[in-house]
Amino acid sequence: MPMINKNRPGSPLKRFFPGNLKLLLPLFVIAFLFIISVLSPLLPLYDPNKIELESLKMPPAWDHPLGTDSKGRDVFSRIIYGGKISIGVAVLAAFVSTVIGFAVGLASGYFGGRFDAVVMSIVDFILSFPSLLLAIAVSVILPPGIYTVMIALSAVGWTSFARLVRGHVLTLKDMAFVDAARAVGCGNLRIMLVHIAPLCIPLSLVMMGVKLGGFMLTEATLSFLGLGAQPPAPTWGSMISANRAYILTAPWTVLFPGMALSIAVFCFNFVGESLKERYEVKDSRS
Amino acid sequence: MLGITLFAFFLLRSLPGDIVLSLVGERASPEAIESIRKEIGAGSGFIKQYTGYLKLLLHGDFGRSYYTNRSVLSDIVLKFPNTMRLAFAAMFIAVPSGIILGFLSAHRKGRFIEKFINAASLAGLSIPVFWSAIIVMIIFSLKLKLFPPSGTGDIRFLALPAFVLSIPAMSALIRITKATVSDILKMPYINTARAKGLPSLRIHISHVLKNAVIPIVTIIGLDFGSYLNGAVVTETIFGWDGIGRFTMEGIIKRDYPVIMGCIIVGTAVFVFVNLITDLLYHYLDPRIRLHADDK
Repeated sequence: MPMINKNRPGSPLKRFFPGNLKLLLPLFVIAFLFIISVLSPLLPLYDPNKIELESLKMPPAWDHPLGTDSKGRDVFSRIIYGGKISIGVAVLAAFVSTVIGFAVGLASGYFGGRFDAVVMSIVDFILSFPSLLLAIAVSVILPPGIYTVMIALSAVGWTSFARLVRGHVLTLKDMAFVDAARAVGCGNLRIMLVHIAPLCIPLSLVMMGVKLGGFMLTEATLSFLGLGAQPPAPTWGSMISANRAYILTAPWTVLFPGMALSIAVFCFNFVGESLKERYEVKDSRS
Repeated sequence: MLGITLFAFFLLRSLPGDIVLSLVGERASPEAIESIRKEIGAGSGFIKQYTGYLKLLLHGDFGRSYYTNRSVLSDIVLKFPNTMRLAFAAMFIAVPSGIILGFLSAHRKGRFIEKFINAASLAGLSIPVFWSAIIVMIIFSLKLKLFPPSGTGDIRFLALPAFVLSIPAMSALIRITKATVSDILKMPYINTARAKGLPSLRIHISHVLKNAVIPIVTIIGLDFGSYLNGAVVTETIFGWDGIGRFTMEGIIKRDYPVIMGCIIVGTAVFVFVNLITDLLYHYLDPRIRLHADDK
């Protein structure tokens, strides 16, 4: 194993992120995307939804770096604004899943017994669905929009967090410090929240990192299917789907959003993989 | 299985409007509505409604499409073989290449080829199917004119969607094969086998592959089930007349009976495939028992 190089004094960058230079690039890309998306209203960009009839389907050129789409909207600024929605929805959904999964897993692992059995059979039940079909089902009942996508993603996503946290709680529960806490008279709630919960947080955060790429991909698929953010709001998935008809006359309208999406998901997945390797988290459903 | 129907029933109930209407479609005759209403026991309690719905499902009545007024089940039966063909074709591409590339990269640890396969397989998992489908379509059918861009038919129509569908599965398979195989290669019994002077191929087939087969089969099973997921997108783009496109059409037209039917069938297939995978475990590794009490 090439572990020897770790912590070796090197360039300042390497010293700051020991042995993880490979991880830096994707992290940097993610941070870059994030900052750009947050700052997008401040950047000197075209209005992503402004329809310009005199510049329909313009190929990439100086004033429209990635061209314009079939309604004359600037692809570059739509990608950046779309990133805000795509990344935002994925991150929020991952956060909601983490919180729900964390709470459920904590309670279920700690109390055990019948409660645990019921909760875990719900988790198994949800995991036995093909996740995309389940998300589609959820987005079909609720009116389409970004909140629906978030709910759909979280409805499926919390299960793996719950399972992970529960497993961890089960091992923590039998440790001496829990007995010690009980001996000095701590109540269930206190032991659960003050003694056990903080030890589960790093694990859930790692899992969140592992899952983010998948969340983004599902979000994009749902918007591709028209179940996500509604037009004219740009998302990467819906841009691809809307411009699918023009792949011959204006391929850039499909190429670039897809590229942005693939790069973003790739970076998230890359970071996730590294986290997974480092902390040896098992994904309940790869 | 029961859970799925319960879930579908909840979905139906939560739809706006009359449950009976949403089952039979708005074009149904008043008599049909009345008979269904009687059968499902609308107006009565929840449990009774649910058992009524189950009865309908067991009779193969998934309702009728709002638009075509055709029975959803007969449409699904019509389209299912197409989806199966696509799924098998994708498996046919993904399984051998995934396993071989996985073995290869486990053996070339630290070399360029391993890094390349690693990055490529991660990319394969990251690139959305709907995008790669469009790119593949542009390159192979619009520019090179090798394959027809869309439609249902013989192997020429099958090639592109099957290839696109196989990419994520292949990538997952590469990763899991590589991880398992490189773990197994560190085991003492591999050293023993080497020391005995067994030829390398023999070691791989009877020692490594045999022990790596469980995770590989798990992934294949999960993937095969999820072809129905990926198929929603792939079939739509390539105009392949299967369950996936049917689902998509249902979604676009808000054709609830169609969506419900597809989700129920899709989930049933998924569960069924997982069941088969579980049963296979027992044959592949007799140490795994099917029942907990089977001592």
